[in-house]
Amino acid sequence: MTAATLTSAQLAPGQAAWRRFRRHRLALAGAVIIVVLVLGSAFGPYLLPFDDTYIDIMKRFAPPLSGAHILGTDELGRDVLARLMMGGRVSLTIGIVAMVIAMAVGIVVGAFAGFYGGVVGAVLMRLVDAVLCFPTIFLLLALAALTEPGLVTTTVLIAATAWMWVARVVEAQVRSLREREFAVAALAFGSSNLRIMFRELVPNAIAPIVVAATLNVAKAILLESYLSYLGYGVQPPAASLGNMLNNAQIYLTSAPWLAIAPGLAITLAVTSFNFLGDGLRDALDPRMNIP
Amino acid sequence: MARYVVNRLAQAIMLLVIVSAIGFAILHLAPGGPLSQFAASAQMTQEDLDRVTKQLGLDRPLPIQYLDWFGRMVRGDWGKSYRDGEAVLSVVSSHLGATLELMATATIIAVLLGCWIGILGALRRYSLFDTLATVGAMIALSIPTFWFGLVTIYVFSVKLGWLPAGNRQTVGDGSFLDLLHHLIAPAMVLALVETAMWGRFMRSSMLEVINQDYIRTARAKGMPEWRILTVHALRNALLPMITVAGLQFPTLLGGALVAETVFTWPGMGRLFLDSIGYRDYPVVMGILMFSATMVLIGSLLADILYAVVDPRIRVG
Repeated sequence: MTAATLTSAQLAPGQAAWRRFRRHRLALAGAVIIVVLVLGSAFGPYLLPFDDTYIDIMKRFAPPLSGAHILGTDELGRDVLARLMMGGRVSLTIGIVAMVIAMAVGIVVGAFAGFYGGVVGAVLMRLVDAVLCFPTIFLLLALAALTEPGLVTTTVLIAATAWMWVARVVEAQVRSLREREFAVAALAFGSSNLRIMFRELVPNAIAPIVVAATLNVAKAILLESYLSYLGYGVQPPAASLGNMLNNAQIYLTSAPWLAIAPGLAITLAVTSFNFLGDGLRDALDPRMNIP
Repeated sequence: MARYVVNRLAQAIMLLVIVSAIGFAILHLAPGGPLSQFAASAQMTQEDLDRVTKQLGLDRPLPIQYLDWFGRMVRGDWGKSYRDGEAVLSVVSSHLGATLELMATATIIAVLLGCWIGILGALRRYSLFDTLATVGAMIALSIPTFWFGLVTIYVFSVKLGWLPAGNRQTVGDGSFLDLLHHLIAPAMVLALVETAMWGRFMRSSMLEVINQDYIRTARAKGMPEWRILTVHALRNALLPMITVAGLQFPTLLGGALVAETVFTWPGMGRLFLDSIGYRDYPVVMGILMFSATMVLIGSLLADILYAVVDPRIRVG
């Protein structure tokens, strides 16, 4: 045994987790980039002299670094950087809100299935299995075809196709935790089932839940970009990182920067959340080893 | 073994029933339900609509309608396309070949490349190659497939002019070389995510195996390293990959849809998207149910195959 493991064994669990997390440099970089992206999209638009929807037909297709437009302008002469920041705002918001909804649904379904087991558990988990049979993009597009596109619809639909993995994680955790002494003690104490589920069991499964939540944001941002790129997500004139790419294919030859900037932004955001989730998994529970 | 297969088959059939119930629910959630196409027409009076409702059997109780719909689904009667009145099953199957061609090519690339990267990464754990592969795989999983497609078109079609920017063949050509030429870019794009997934799973499977006791025993016996790797490690590490093949199938189908859209590839995914644009609900539902059923059968086959090659599964 090396000196490092000896000292980390003497640390409080929180400190040890922080140590493992810090060692994960990519996760740390991911966290920093996420903070920068959030701050940039929250406050960036106020620092720019251009409005993201201001159309300037005289300055169409200005390439990056030409004059005042740092990332150039699009087919209507709108500033690409301003649109990127507003689009980032929309995409990050959708990603995080969709994650919250998916987590809420997944945790409730998983907790009930894991706690009650038996018929209730079997029915709920078979429902999870069945929804997972539908390839996400197909299900998402079919649902989008039936509803009016918009910010709220996009968010809800993404959540509707993402809660199943959370339910699986929570169900497995709750099922194993409910036999433990503290859960049995709570039952002997006369706590209600709901109280045991959500005040005792779920909080004790917080590590995998936090990891799932982080990875879920990455997935939600990616799904938003797919949906909006295909024209069924966020609708113009509002910008999202996905719908900025919707028109980019037409102008690929003449104005490639229209495709490059939003695509890099999506990749950067999704990669950051994925690395953060990976690092958190290593830090919070080293035994969890899902690739 | 027979008991395991029967058990697993029963599970799959039960899942199929739930899957079809979800599909049926989605169909009836449509604004106006299955009637919407007729309701949109200004020439239809309420009287006409009532008659159509009766003709299509939409006035019956929902469970009866579901059983009827499910029965027809199983028998291959998937309804008719709103667009041209053609049977949905024949519309879908005429687009299936192009999709399968794309998926099969991408899978072959991904399995070969992914397994090679994964094995090498596991054997040289924490080396520069392993680090680059791990980081690269994570980035590959984070890149939007359609954007990677756009970049590929920009670099290889617009700038270099090496590859066509879309379609399955040149009009009037269609020779093997021409088909292959068109296949390269979309297959590469689709293979990116797949390669990353196979690489990650292969790496962790290989790592698990090479730390087992029997590997140490083989080494202690003085067995040559290449023999340990090929005979003992690789054979055991490849087994769980059968499950991966089943697991990543939904992602493969979804990725194919996106790649087909970017490269105007005349496959099932593109048909799905076109049908959504036309509000052609029978085709949309047909493809949705078809893809879910394919996923279901894929995971069933993977499980059975895994039980065949690994007796621990069917006994335990």
